Order: sequence, then structure tokens, then C-alpha cells
Amino acid sequence: MNFVVPDFYPAAAEIFVAIMALVVMLASTFARGVRWLAYALTQFTLIAAAFVTIYTLKGDVSYTFSNLFIGDLLGDLLKLLIYFSMAIALLYGRGYLADRNIDKPEYYVLALLMTLGMMVMVTANHMLPLYIGLEMMSLGLYAMVAFDRDSARSTEAGMKYFVLGALASGLLLYGMSMIYGATGSLEFSGIANAVYHQAANKTVLLFGIVFLMAGISFKLGVVPFHMWVPDVYQGAPSAVTLIIATAPKLAAFAMAVRLLIWGLFDVAEQWQSMLMFVAVLSIILGNLAAIAQTNLKRMLAYSGISHMGFMLLGLLSGVVEGDRHYALNAYSSAMFYAVSYVIMSLASFGMIILLSRAGFEADSIDDFKGLNKRSPWFAAMMMFVMFSMAGIPFFIGFFAKLSVLQAVVAAGYLWIAIIAVVMSVIGAFYYLRVVKVMYFDPPVDPAPIHAPAELRVLLSANGLAIAALGLAPQALMSVCAYALLASL
Amino acid sequence: MTDIPFLSLAIWVPILGGLLVLATGSDRNAPLARGLALLVAIAGFIVTIPLYVGFDASTSAMQFVELQAWIPRFNINYHLGVDGISVLFVLLNAFITIMVVLGGWKVIEEKVAQYMACFLVMSGLMNGIFSSLDGILFYVFFEASLIPLYLVIGIWGGPNRVYAAIKFFLYTLCGSLLMLLALLYLFMQADGSFSILDWHQLPLNIAEQTLIFFAFLVAFGVKVPMWPVHTWLPDAHVEAPTGGSVVLAAIALKLGAYGFLRFSLPIVPDAAQEYSGLIITLSLIAVIYIGFVALVQTDMKKLVAYSSISHMGFVTLGFFMFNPLAIEGALVQMISHGFVSGAMFLCIGVLYDRMHSRQIADYGGVVHTMPKFAAFFMLFSMANAGLPATSGFVGEFMVILGAVQFNFWIGFGAAITLILGAAYTLWMYKRVVFGPVANSHVAELEDLSAREFAFLAILAVCVLAMGLYPFPFTEVMHASVDELLRHVAVSKL
Repeated sequence: MNFVVPDFYPAAAEIFVAIMALVVMLASTFARGVRWLAYALTQFTLIAAAFVTIYTLKGDVSYTFSNLFIGDLLGDLLKLLIYFSMAIALLYGRGYLADRNIDKPEYYVLALLMTLGMMVMVTANHMLPLYIGLEMMSLGLYAMVAFDRDSARSTEAGMKYFVLGALASGLLLYGMSMIYGATGSLEFSGIANAVYHQAANKTVLLFGIVFLMAGISFKLGVVPFHMWVPDVYQGAPSAVTLIIATAPKLAAFAMAVRLLIWGLFDVAEQWQSMLMFVAVLSIILGNLAAIAQTNLKRMLAYSGISHMGFMLLGLLSGVVEGDRHYALNAYSSAMFYAVSYVIMSLASFGMIILLSRAGFEADSIDDFKGLNKRSPWFAAMMMFVMFSMAGIPFFIGFFAKLSVLQAVVAAGYLWIAIIAVVMSVIGAFYYLRVVKVMYFDPPVDPAPIHAPAELRVLLSANGLAIAALGLAPQALMSVCAYALLASL
Repeated sequence: MTDIPFLSLAIWVPILGGLLVLATGSDRNAPLARGLALLVAIAGFIVTIPLYVGFDASTSAMQFVELQAWIPRFNINYHLGVDGISVLFVLLNAFITIMVVLGGWKVIEEKVAQYMACFLVMSGLMNGIFSSLDGILFYVFFEASLIPLYLVIGIWGGPNRVYAAIKFFLYTLCGSLLMLLALLYLFMQADGSFSILDWHQLPLNIAEQTLIFFAFLVAFGVKVPMWPVHTWLPDAHVEAPTGGSVVLAAIALKLGAYGFLRFSLPIVPDAAQEYSGLIITLSLIAVIYIGFVALVQTDMKKLVAYSSISHMGFVTLGFFMFNPLAIEGALVQMISHGFVSGAMFLCIGVLYDRMHSRQIADYGGVVHTMPKFAAFFMLFSMANAGLPATSGFVGEFMVILGAVQFNFWIGFGAAITLILGAAYTLWMYKRVVFGPVANSHVAELEDLSAREFAFLAILAVCVLAMGLYPFPFTEVMHASVDELLRHVAVSKL
């Protein structure tokens, strides 16, 4: 048996982040007094990783590590977006953590390991690395949720997330084993091959898909596996909620795409009908439950459930009665939706952090009362986010909804489209309520906003990006479409 | 001359100008914000004048067309153009914006820059609605224009403003999202084109036409508003500040009616003919029933709001008569109503600013203290009632004539409005203006200031000019209306 040295080149970014995570850990051990070191190194790592990814970017698809790893444009693009949203999330959260005295170096080590986990998920070509990446991401997140260990809520949320997350991982693993049993392969192309030649045991395969779907649904936080979402969002420190609501959604999207489209495309109609159930229920429940919330983080959690449901509408519109003509259009609309959601989500939690200060969490909707009096500029930014999430033009959220609805209508699921728009009207109500408290109500606490300059600048840029991408969504849309086209 | 993109200017001058006004910041700079806003509004009006002057009335084709790819991924284009149906609304809108800026000059003391900016941005967005030839572009402007109006009602409105603002927003959003689905469906059927002009030629079977027709009906019916989805309008009007009411009545209501002419009739002509009976019934209910409702109102703004619904019922009635007289009459009625209802709300605003009450019962004998105001108010009330020689008469008369051609009894039903309109308007006028001075507050009223006199006088001239010589208005729309009717008469089946 001869040993072949694998080609490390496509995985350069992953290797780099893994090494840097260790470097940050060691550096912060030996230079405990230098508080900014871990943060600075982490940001440096994320930026440098982006350069490495861009540098190693290739138009074609490459495999390495005995086909465990796939390097393609979709993966590279998602990785770039993950660095980007992690970097912004860490920047937003820094002052918040310092105010609460939890800006420990371990936080940044966990963030880097979590990033690495997501990168592995995105580039997995095999069930095992996919699962390892997922666990790496999740373990990092569990610890981060409970990071404020003196807060009962935070530890409770961490515990809940951990127990339910472990259960979901178990389900996913069970599904993977069934699929392995049915197809005899853990590699996506092998699975696809077996399914294509109808060599797989249909019953076992379908059961496997059901379990996979449970795992994916949990990670995306959609009905009926959404129970953890509101509690964790509310209980976790806002800086961590910000992270949960952004980059992991992209990783979960990648997981869904790799498993369902790379592996199980030939039984698309089976999983599409499951997704239909999940997506429609998420949109209905997410929007209805959000109305009753008084806590903004909880409201955004429910709104996130409905957004993820909306995103799934894109994934389930790919194949219609065996016709794959619209598949690319549908999947790229789902990806565009996921990316748009991440951009909006960053800004929405960023606003909560902006208004929070030491000893005070601005996570109640009432804390936004009279924001227009206190700071017209940031009230306008939050208004952009809210209208964008409600799907009102000229904001990016509208074009995200438009592209998904277009895919749904093209697939002929008019009834789903009608449910989706009716629920959007209901959803508009609670977004409007946030605008209402900011603009129509007098401020409870007239103090001007104190926040570090970098947070203000970045948050403004984020808000303006939501408007600017709404005026010119073409570039982002075509990047999503192109990445999928080049990778499929 | 045709190289200058006047339509883009009409849209973006007010929007960018509005953002500039916003940049003046806090209320310390309020005089600057006001001055700048007036300047932008006037500039916004000036750039629309070439649209009328350079308009070729002999053709029904789109003019001042601008076409640029916007989102090639979905073949969405920045496609603008006006024909005889839409061009007048662009001008009306730009004109009314000046009135609104003047109307809010003194009254608005808080967040002046934001107030002015909201109206300017809204004005630009509404010009966008009237000149879009791309379905998504239309939709984008249509929806985006909700945001400033929502803020205007909610920030500067009356005590129950939150309810009114949210109700207004959700009603309209519900209708327009169904329209979005219709637009997406048309996009699929037209092989990936969002061009409204392509859709005019698109063959559709009756089942498709019916669904699309009702999707449009909900969207535009809410906006018009037609009975029974009109209930948001009185709430919005009562709570909105004067400027908000003026824009709502003069322009926003026209968007729905315009949508019928641009979308429903030409895209789904067979369904439009099939269900014309339904629309005619709803319109007559609006005209007669809402007329009676207006009669019993005790709040002046509510009364004029119901009168607007009744007048808009006239407009939708005219559209579904399918003859040129009625459609042109309805268009004239829309423009006239823009002037008259705008003027009525400004008049009520003048009273409200002094007395802080809109209740008819709080007034009486205003003529003794405000004679100049009483004269203007008289003229506009007469116009609202449809007195000959005012603009209100021309449109109503044309629609009634057209309706009689179609069916005598429909014409008869429509004509009842002349009696009802006179009854509710003039009765209100009598109670507010005539009689002995009702109380000490009325006795202390001051007559019009120079600013108020100016904007009421300009509107009075418009109302009279249009009533005495409507030819410049009807001339423009003739070719386009004829073409529309020719198109509607050809079945798409």
C-alpha cells in the first residue's frame, strides 16, 4: 500500500484558520494581559483567510483528501461570506462583551474554531467531514451561548441548545447511516450515483431522508424543530445571538444544498414535499408568533424562522414533475435569500448592541421608543432593516422575496405563493410596530447614544448596504447564480 | 430636447432634493429646510412642464421613453414613458407637492426637515408610478410610496394616528402583494418579460384573465378605494396632517384608478368586460351609499373623505362604461378631484390650524370673521358639488353622458351624486360658514395670511380654468383613450 500525499492546496484556507486558532489560543495564554491581542489576531485571521480563499479560487471543481473535500466556487463564495459575517459580528460584539466583562480570549478561539467548522461543512463532499464540521460549529456555539456564565438565562439557553442540538445531531447521524445503508456510499457523488441507477433501497433511503431533514431543519431553525430558536436567541448574550443568526445559517444552507442537491437530487420530489410542509409551517408559525412578542430578540427569532421558511421555498421549487429546467433559478434564488437575510440580520442585532450599554440590554421593543428623537440617523437605519425584512422595496429584502416568489410561481405552486404573501402582510405588522415605536412614540430614555466609532460606522454602512443592494441587486443575484452554475 | 430624460428628472429631482432637505438636520435649521423644500418642489414642477409642452397629442404611443437594463437576471428594466393617460398626473403630482409644502409651512414645527423630505420623496416615487412601463418598476414605486405616507400619518397625525397609519399600510400591502403574484404570473406567461406593453399584447385564456383581474382588482380597489374596502381612507384622512390628506386625496387615490387603465383593462380585456357589471355595481354603491354616509358626518375631514370615495366611485364607473366619453370624463374627474379635494383639505387645514377642531358643530358664522376664506371655501365647495363652470362639473357631466349612452338607469344612478354631492357639501358649508357667530373662538378667528391666500388662489384659478376651458386637458388624452378602447374591444381569447 503506498501513501499518497494529498493535495493541500484547495484546503489552504481551512488549514490556515485551523493553525491560527491554535496560535490565538497559545498567544492569549502567554500574553494574558494584552486584552486586544486575541481580538486583533482573530480579525486578522478572518481577513487573511479571505485573501487565501480568493488567491486559491478556481473556476473549476477540485477534489482532495480522497474526495472528502470539494473545492468549488459555491464553497468559496460561501466561505467568503462566512468570514465576512463573522468579522462583522465580532466587531459589533466587541464593546458589548467588554461592557459585560466577558471579552475573554477563549471567546475568540471558539469563534475561530466555529468558523473552521462552518468552512468544513461548506466544502464537505462526504457525510463524515460534513458531520465533523457541523459538530465543530455547534460545540463552539453551545459554549458561546453559555459564555456569560453568571447569567442564569445565558446558561439555561446554552443547556437547552446543547441538549436539543445533540438530539438533532443524533437524528442527522442516524439519517446518514440509513442513507449509507441504502446506497452503500457516504460520498455525495456515490450516493447520487446509487440513487440515479435506482440501486438504493427506496424505503430505507426515504427514512434516511426524513432523518436528514430533521437535522437540517434543526440547524436552520424551522418548524417543527424550531423550539430552541426563541429561547436561545433571547437567552444568549446579544453578541452571540448575532453570530447564531448569521453565519451558521449560511453553513446550514450549504449543508442542505450539498446533501439534498449534490447527493439526493434524483429523489428531489420526495424531499421537496417534506420541505413544503416544513417551509409553509415555518412561514405561518414564525409570522404569527412574532406578533405576540415584546422582546425584540424573540421577535427576530420568530421572524428568522419565517425567513428560513421563505428561503426553503426556493429550494423546493427546483424540480417540477421531473422537469429540471428551473432548478438553477430556484436554488440561486434560495441562496440569494439566505445571503440577504444574513445582511439584514447582522444589522438588526447590531442595532440591539448599539443601544445596549453596561448593565442594560436594549432587547425589548420598547427600548426603541422614540429612537428618532435620540438619533434620527440610526432610527433610519433600523427602519431600513425593518422594511427590508418586511419585503418592502427599495430594499434588498424585497428582491429576495421577489426572486423566491418568482421561483415558486414558475414551479406552479401558486397556493404556496399565496400563503407566503398573505403571511408577509401579517409579518409586515410586527416590523411596522418597531418602526412605530421608533418614530411615533416619545422616548422613554432620552439619553443620546454612546457607542464606539467603529460600531457606528460599520452599522451605518450595513444599513446603507441594505438600501444600496436594493437599488442594484443584480450583482449579488448573478454572483449567487454563477457560483451555483459553476459548481453543479 | 428629447435627449434630456425629463421623466427621470421628474422622479429623481424631488427624491434627491428630499434627501438634501433631510440633511439640514434638526429643527434649528427649520427655515432653511422649508426654503429648500419649496425650491425643490418648484424645481420638481418645472422639470415636468416640458412633458406637457413637448407632448405630441396626435399619437397614442409612449413618449419620453427611457429604457435601461436594471436587473438583467430577471429582465427587469428601468423603463419609463408617458402617454395621454399618465402625463397629466405627473404634472398634477408635481404641482400638488408645491401646495403641500406651502400648506405645511407654519403648521409643522417639529421635525420640519423630515416632514418636507417625506413629501418630496413621496412625490418623486409617485411620479415613478405614473411613468413606469415595467411591471416590477411600477410595483417597486407603488410599494415604496407607502413608507413616506405611513411616516407622515404616524408622526404628524392626530390622536389615533398609529391605528390609522398601520391600517392604511396593511390594507394597501395586502392588495399589492396579490398584484405582485399576478405580475409574476404574467412574467412567466410572457416568456420572461416584465414589460407592461408586452403584456398588453399577451394572449391569455379566460380563467387566467379572471384570476389576474381579481388580483388587480384587490390591489387597485383598495387604493381607489372602492366599497367595501374603503374603510381605511376615512381613518387615514382624519388622522393625517393636512399635507398628508392633500396628497392622499389628490394623488394617492388616483394611483388605483390609474392602475385600472394601465393594467386591468388592456391586459385582461375579456375579464374586464365579463366583470364590468360587478365593478359598476360597486361603483354605484360607492357613489350613492357613501354619498349618504357623507351626509351624516359631523367631522369635516371625514365628510370630505367620504365625498372622495363617492367621487372615485364615479371614476371607476366611467372606466367600465367602455366608451371614450366616459373614460375621458373619468380622467378629467380624477384631475379635477385632485385640485378640488386638495383645496378642500387645505381649507379645512386653515380652519383647523386656528381652532384645533374639525367638528362642524364647533363652527358657525365663520364668514363674519374670515370673509376672504369664506369666498374661497365657497368656490371649492361648489366645485366639489359639481357646479357648472367649475372643474367638478366637467368630469361628472361627461361620465353621466357616457353612462346614459351605456344604460339609462346607470346614468340615472350616477346622476344622483349631483344631488347628494350638493347636499352634503353645501349643508356642511352652511353650518360652518353661515349663521351667527357660534362662539368666542370663532369670533377671534383671523382671516387668511398672504401665504394661505396665495395657495388657495392658485388652486381657485386651476379649478375655474379647468371648468371653463377643459380642452387643454382632454386634448392630451384623446388619442391614448381611443387606442385603449380599440385595444380593449379586441378579445384576447
